[in-house]
Amino acid sequence: MTRRGATLGRAASIIVIVGVLAAAPTVVRRDDIVNFLFLLLLSITLAESWNVLGGYAGQVNLGHAAFFGTGALVTRALWATGANVILCMLAGAAAAIVFALAIGVPAFRLRGAYFAIGTLVLAEILRITVGNLLPEISTLPTIAIARYRLADRYYLALIVAALAVASVAALERSRVGLGMRAVREDEDAAEATGISALQVKLVALALSTGLAGLAGGLFAYYHISYYPQHAFTSGWTFDALLMTYIGGVGTLRGPLLGAVFYIFFKEYLAIHWVDFHLLIFGALFIAIVLVLPGGLVDLVGRVKRGTSKGPSTQTG
Amino acid sequence: MSVLAQQLVLGVLIGGLYGLAAAGLSLVFGVLRVLNVAHGDLIMLGGYAAFWLFSLLGLDPFLSLLAVVPAALGIGVVLYTGLFGAVVRFPDETRIKNSLLVSFGLAVVIHALAVKLWTADERSITTPYGGDVLTVAGLAVPKVRLASLILAFALIALVHLLLTRWRWGHAIRATAEDWQAALLVGIDVRRAYLLAFAIGTALAGAAGTLVSIGYSVSPSIGLEWSLKALIVVVLAGLGSMMGTFVAGVVLGVAEAASAAAFGGPYREVVGLVIILTILVARPQGMFGRS
Repeated sequence: MTRRGATLGRAASIIVIVGVLAAAPTVVRRDDIVNFLFLLLLSITLAESWNVLGGYAGQVNLGHAAFFGTGALVTRALWATGANVILCMLAGAAAAIVFALAIGVPAFRLRGAYFAIGTLVLAEILRITVGNLLPEISTLPTIAIARYRLADRYYLALIVAALAVASVAALERSRVGLGMRAVREDEDAAEATGISALQVKLVALALSTGLAGLAGGLFAYYHISYYPQHAFTSGWTFDALLMTYIGGVGTLRGPLLGAVFYIFFKEYLAIHWVDFHLLIFGALFIAIVLVLPGGLVDLVGRVKRGTSKGPSTQTG
Repeated sequence: MSVLAQQLVLGVLIGGLYGLAAAGLSLVFGVLRVLNVAHGDLIMLGGYAAFWLFSLLGLDPFLSLLAVVPAALGIGVVLYTGLFGAVVRFPDETRIKNSLLVSFGLAVVIHALAVKLWTADERSITTPYGGDVLTVAGLAVPKVRLASLILAFALIALVHLLLTRWRWGHAIRATAEDWQAALLVGIDVRRAYLLAFAIGTALAGAAGTLVSIGYSVSPSIGLEWSLKALIVVVLAGLGSMMGTFVAGVVLGVAEAASAAAFGGPYREVVGLVIILTILVARPQGMFGRS
């Protein structure tokens, strides 16, 4: 396939996928399927958001839930006052970014595993504090429940997920995206070539937490009632990590593939055994870290190259 | 005042367990350069082992240490051979990060397995003597927790003796100091890694047993105990078992003091704030060697 053909083909497949997803609620008309697709889109957003900082910039953030939770908290609080939900979600994302940048400079004094521990600890502090300050369940007022339309949630999730994927795609081609990968591979060498590692990491942090804040906003908009603390629990971080690594960390398609794989399997296994998916995905995650650091996209790439014998077109 | 003093006494008692929980993590991190965030989940497994030995066979929980510790030693050998042996093959620069990721996956697996096998319910061991209290200067000291503190100290002292007196203890310490130099002088570094990891897991098993006696276990305590152990390791630095025990007691007392000052729900926060402060203040040199 020529390069132009490949680009056209990719554009066509994107249009088809988005078109199918956009038409889905009007065609299937089944709430369980739309709920499932919502969960899928939320997971894609969450995984891609983690991927920006963890994958491209190489900073393993074990406190991602803190930013997801912040987005959810702010969105829900503002939305309860009757404001437009999209504005509330933007405010939630902004709050996550502001919080992230405030802690960013001290946090990035830590490298590697110490950054991971620092962020894990930070998220735990926030989770405990929110649980103590807001112990009550947050429920929508009756009038809002009466007006609840699943399709609204779904389309917003589609837009946010598309935004997340598009921003990672743009990042991949950008100068700052290259800077992130340079910092990931060797921070000192990157500094030596004139990249400001701190600056690049802060950009990654802002984009990552902004998207996580939007995902949190979706969560707050979607659920009729939930405990505010729930959005801060480490499960969100762990899900993002599992999906991203299993799909392929530091690639555009990896988290997408990982999220689809993870959510489908989770749903399939849940029919038989609750939470059984974590047993399988935890083991798969270990195997990927040890023997297949490129994740499933790498595996798919290898299989393709093996069968077609042609030179690989570098994608994703 | 006496309420505060009572809180502090209980803080010291649980602090001994924090020290024991951290001792295994510290040994494994110091020797293998493997940061095992599943250490708390190994503690949880130890707790369940003691719980089931007690409720199914009626085995006294303190006696069950004699069964749980060797079993944990065995699990340590299996985990090293099957998993962490592959992690130590990573070069020094990427080893800690990869060990963190692998042990994170292990924690997810152990947690899911525990929920599957034993449900998410909280369990604890209630012995006939569980309620016995010693009264010293008007302060109540639960006997079971006092015994746990003494046992924790004894176990840590035993490991300290092993590391300083035993032939393989010297090998383990030499490996921690510089594994390449240890290899050059003819030490079987792999064997030293295996021994250190197995001892670390055995310590987790012992800690879990004591946790299930004086406190409670559930599948979700893994993360909590991993964090406690990490806090103590960061406080104590690497290389001193006795220092780890003391740091554990310090954390217990700090938690008790903060619970008294800010209320019970925030007792967990003080340790987290301590570790965050130390990490940010000494980002590279906190673990003894830089």
